[in-house]
Amino acid sequence: MEDQLVIGGRALDSRLFVGTGKYSSDALIPEVLEKSGAQVITVALRRIDFESETDNVLQYIPKDVQLLPNTSGARNAQEAVRIARLARAAGCGNWIKIEVISDNKYLLPDGYETIKATETLASEGFVVLPYISPDLMVAKSLVEAGAAAVMPLGAPIGTNRGLKTKELIRILIDEIPLPIVVDAGIGKPSDACQAMEMGAAACLLNTAIASANAPILMAEAFGRAVKAGRQAYLAGPGAAEAYAQASSPLTGFLEAMNDE
Amino acid sequence: MSFYDEYLVYKDFNFNRFFEGITDDRIRAVIRKGKLTARDFLTLLSPMAEKHLEEMAQQAHKVTVQHFGKTILLYTPMYLSNYCTNRCLYCGFNTANEILRKQLTLEEVETEAKAIAETGLRHILILTGDARNMASPDYIEDCVKVLTQYFTSVSIEVYAMEQEEYARLIQAGVDALTIYQETYNEGLYDKVHLRGPKKDYRYRLDAPERACKAAMRSVNIGALLGLDEWRKEAFFTGLHANYLQDRYTDTEISISLPRLRPHEGSFQPKDIANDTHMVQMMVAFRLFMPRAGITISTREHARFRDNVMRLGVTKMSAGSTTVVGGHTQQEKHTGQFEISDERNVVQMREAILGLGYQPVFKDWQTL
Repeated sequence: MEDQLVIGGRALDSRLFVGTGKYSSDALIPEVLEKSGAQVITVALRRIDFESETDNVLQYIPKDVQLLPNTSGARNAQEAVRIARLARAAGCGNWIKIEVISDNKYLLPDGYETIKATETLASEGFVVLPYISPDLMVAKSLVEAGAAAVMPLGAPIGTNRGLKTKELIRILIDEIPLPIVVDAGIGKPSDACQAMEMGAAACLLNTAIASANAPILMAEAFGRAVKAGRQAYLAGPGAAEAYAQASSPLTGFLEAMNDE
Repeated sequence: MSFYDEYLVYKDFNFNRFFEGITDDRIRAVIRKGKLTARDFLTLLSPMAEKHLEEMAQQAHKVTVQHFGKTILLYTPMYLSNYCTNRCLYCGFNTANEILRKQLTLEEVETEAKAIAETGLRHILILTGDARNMASPDYIEDCVKVLTQYFTSVSIEVYAMEQEEYARLIQAGVDALTIYQETYNEGLYDKVHLRGPKKDYRYRLDAPERACKAAMRSVNIGALLGLDEWRKEAFFTGLHANYLQDRYTDTEISISLPRLRPHEGSFQPKDIANDTHMVQMMVAFRLFMPRAGITISTREHARFRDNVMRLGVTKMSAGSTTVVGGHTQQEKHTGQFEISDERNVVQMREAILGLGYQPVFKDWQTL
């Protein structure tokens, strides 16, 4: 069965997006991509050393993988827009993950500035994937602003704490007519699986793989978990029941009366 | 409001009595806590906590890998000028020391910049002595304009400035400030700073806050370890960092742990923190401020630096010299202090890789 995720005109077979930060060596990246099956990878423009022959992260990213530069370090819309333009001018393509953070304690995103940056960049032809706290009104504004997807956090970034914001993400999935990509907080494959079962379009994660004792093995586990979660969503699980079904239901008499 | 008000709360605090009341159970509980209070932090700096160092280190390692990954950001200092009007007992640039004075011309700055950039470094830290009439804000600004052509991040470590001056330098391309209080002990501060503009304790203390107000992207503070009792200095450094991070959430606050090194002059350190103490400060600070950067410079020797990489350090200098023009010029002037880790950038890169960490050369992009 064909089940592709289409963002910015590109059809993706894999619904796992991965990151590039925090690895002990960027040389791990090709194998992470291969074992996880991920086709989208995010990279902070601030980290790309375009002039380096030995330490340029881009040299480890295969050409067929979709590059998703991000605006890490931006403290407001203006800085995010500048970073995005620099990324495109440097040949990193027109996808951009907007990350505007003015809170260095919890690293929570700034919704208002994110909306402003999205508006500007979408009008300049970028495929914009904004990272937000799961706030319905912010998400709706992003739809208006021209976002290509909405990426709510499952828990504060880098915490590996799992889907703490599950109920809010569920509302976004129900109400927002764009792909919902759960980004940040996912710590275990079971978290990713759960997000996909709920109907998330994809999951983006980095710390959970990069900080694992065996990153490659963890990458593979996440690839499978995301796939399993997606399949379960498509299969439509039966409703969970709190109690066993009564064998003599209260309305059973209606059937008996109709038969008479 | 100023950090000075918080300093006053603890200025006459009876640290020893507090330390005497600490139990092993209390320390264990603090290590397992999510968010530490100032008193919790002080608990981890206590003599008693030394027994729990391994447990603290394990936790600090975990938290650091989680937030920063297995990465070490590399930078190098470039000394622009060693003219100075201060008499600071612990410093080689002390105006009373008869050393050769020099200030780089813009052409010389460019020559140094080229040579450093060729090593692959993208982050530079520029330093001057405290001589406004020589290394003026205008001069520093001109240097910054040259340096942004070669580096993607330019930090300054210069005399304390006004908010407007910081704002001007940010406009010119500076993204980070390093400024050490040297000692938080106000009485001692007055004794070791004999003469010069630096003698003003409050002006120095509020300098990092002025930079935050000017929207500096990152601000790095510290105390020169060896002037006063290290437990107190570490405590005040942490309090100061926390004070700034609470109020200026869009500035990245980080700390350095500079240990006093031999230098020109005859000042003898009062309270040398040994390697164990250095580790205790580092891991206690990491647990107190999980997301804040920690810098260890080449004041420390190679073996120590290699071993603390896993304990919370996020940034290190490489290929360092404290001599003005030291990256390119043959004629060696007297440096600010002696460095202990003389490895060049290639050697540092290899060492970091060898320890299973990634050397990061670029972590900012001048906008």
